[in-house]
Amino acid sequence: MTTTSPAAATTDPPAPALPEPAPASRPRGRVRAASGGRRGNLASLVLGPAAVLAAFIGLWYGVSDGLLNEQQRFMLPPPHEVVRVGILDGKNFSSMMSALRLTCEVTFSGLAIAIVVGVIVAVAMSQAKWIENALFPWAVVIQTVPVLALTPVLSFFFGFALTSRIIVCVIIAFFPIVSNTLFGLQSVDRGMHELFRLHRTGRWTRLWKLQLPAALPSMFTGFRNAAGLSVIGAIVGEFFFKQGEPGLGTTLSVFTSRLEGERLWATTLTASLLGIAVFVFFGWLSRRVVGRWYQPKRG
Amino acid sequence: MTITHPGPADDAADTAAAADTAGASPDGAGATPALRFAGVRKRFRDGTVALVDTDLAVRPGEFVSVVGPSGCGKSTLLRIASGLEKATDGTVDVASAGVGYVFQDATLLPWRTVRGNVRLLAELEHLDAAERERRVDEAIGLVGLGGFEKHLPHELSGGMRMRTSLARSLVLDPSIFLFDEPFGALDEITRERLNDELLRMFVLRRFAALFITHSVAEAVFLSTRVVVMSGRPGRVKADLAVPFAYPRAPQLRYSPEFAALCGEVSHHLRSQD
Ligand SMILES: Nc1ncnc2c1ncn2[C@@H]1O[C@H](COP(=O)(O)OP(=O)(O)OP(=O)(O)O)[C@@H](O)[C@H]1O
Ligand SMILES: [Mg+2]
Repeated sequence: MTTTSPAAATTDPPAPALPEPAPASRPRGRVRAASGGRRGNLASLVLGPAAVLAAFIGLWYGVSDGLLNEQQRFMLPPPHEVVRVGILDGKNFSSMMSALRLTCEVTFSGLAIAIVVGVIVAVAMSQAKWIENALFPWAVVIQTVPVLALTPVLSFFFGFALTSRIIVCVIIAFFPIVSNTLFGLQSVDRGMHELFRLHRTGRWTRLWKLQLPAALPSMFTGFRNAAGLSVIGAIVGEFFFKQGEPGLGTTLSVFTSRLEGERLWATTLTASLLGIAVFVFFGWLSRRVVGRWYQPKRG
Repeated sequence: MTITHPGPADDAADTAAAADTAGASPDGAGATPALRFAGVRKRFRDGTVALVDTDLAVRPGEFVSVVGPSGCGKSTLLRIASGLEKATDGTVDVASAGVGYVFQDATLLPWRTVRGNVRLLAELEHLDAAERERRVDEAIGLVGLGGFEKHLPHELSGGMRMRTSLARSLVLDPSIFLFDEPFGALDEITRERLNDELLRMFVLRRFAALFITHSVAEAVFLSTRVVVMSGRPGRVKADLAVPFAYPRAPQLRYSPEFAALCGEVSHHLRSQD
């Protein structure tokens, strides 16, 4: 989690959309996480990533000092240079912070819109098979369409500024929300459905009292994956739509063209931290909301 | 709690009176059945014929158990009685709208506490809040879950989950109860204890019950009548009255009469006709 992949993918969430086991497949009977295990995990939770971080920094120095010569070093300046120029320099730092603020704005608006629209679409699909058949292929298309191809259309209708950036972010974050929510809504036990049917429950009551709560764990999996993707979406959006105040994506492209390696890497790290922060936040929120009754299978 | 007895003669024949009537049908043969199947046939869309010519009636206050080989259509019978499934031919009369259905699985909502789960059906049926809470209290007391109201299903044993499921149905005070192997997944001791308690509730509430089980002893211990079904396609092969009076003591299980009746039921279950 603490590592930063050097290329375009600046956040760590793995392949999107593959949902975790649904609540329906929970093991029955007394299942409680061995309470000692959590504490014990804490050490490995900190030590493991720290060890990887150390190895990563070591590798970084190795590449920067060992493989690159003086002229090439701008591509990957050593970590202490990145920190000195990109972070400790007050002017650079404050401009990066204002870019971060703007990227956060795009990320959070995009993610919020994706969550609202995604959940509504998934709920609609869960209500009738024909709606699912009609919409799901298009959700896949949205997931797979190269954003690059959309830039002319988006800019024509929404201009080159904030709105288009947010739309790119929504497009990129959308699919895991739809697929995980739908999966969750459909994973409700048949017996539970029949119990509701016996009492002639209307579809809204059934949705509210049965399907949505049952779908929550899988919805949160989707939100968490989408949260990581929404940071990528915001940065990609800023990369293409540069009008108005710069975000992290805007400055990334500037530093790339100016060969300012130190600031480029400082910005990349910041973007990663943002991705990790939203990812961790949704993990925490999920535990708060469903942790009491839902224990995902661990290892 | 207002118990809606379908039969008019029922009020007099309340617990005490019924208890010392050592008869197979405590409410007399004249009462209109709470539940009646006549010539019921069920053929599924894929061509499987699950039931043929099934005739069966459960009168108010009767506890009828059904035993039969696996796959002979017992669950199908209950599903038809509850309206989850439609009969292909024949008639099914259900005297009351209030039918309680207890599944083999407890089918509890994992995010709701015991109390929340017990309350569920009362919510779905829009009972008024004060009445609902009163009934929830009563049902939780009746199944012996007092003190566990705040527990979540995953914190309960299988037996307690089943009690929660029972309490959930009891809240609506149904006059007809359908049970589909509710204790099949429990160990012997828990099962016997729940049998004792189910009978206590039966004596108290006098619902009509149709109870499916694989255990001959369970069927005989609980019922006023035991119905034996043939292999698929299922039909009623034998219908035996159980003469023991309610309330039944747990020790009844060790009596020779009990063993003899179990033997008879097993015999019918095994015979090839
Ligand atoms: N929806 C369905 N479509 C097709 N066949 C079905 C369906 N439901 C049940 N059956 C078949 O009908 C037959 C009777 O099923 P049912 O579940 O009623 O048996 P059962 O007596 O309850 O068995 P068990 O004791 O194992 O619970 C079985 O052969 C089953 O495979
Ligand atoms: Mg069955």
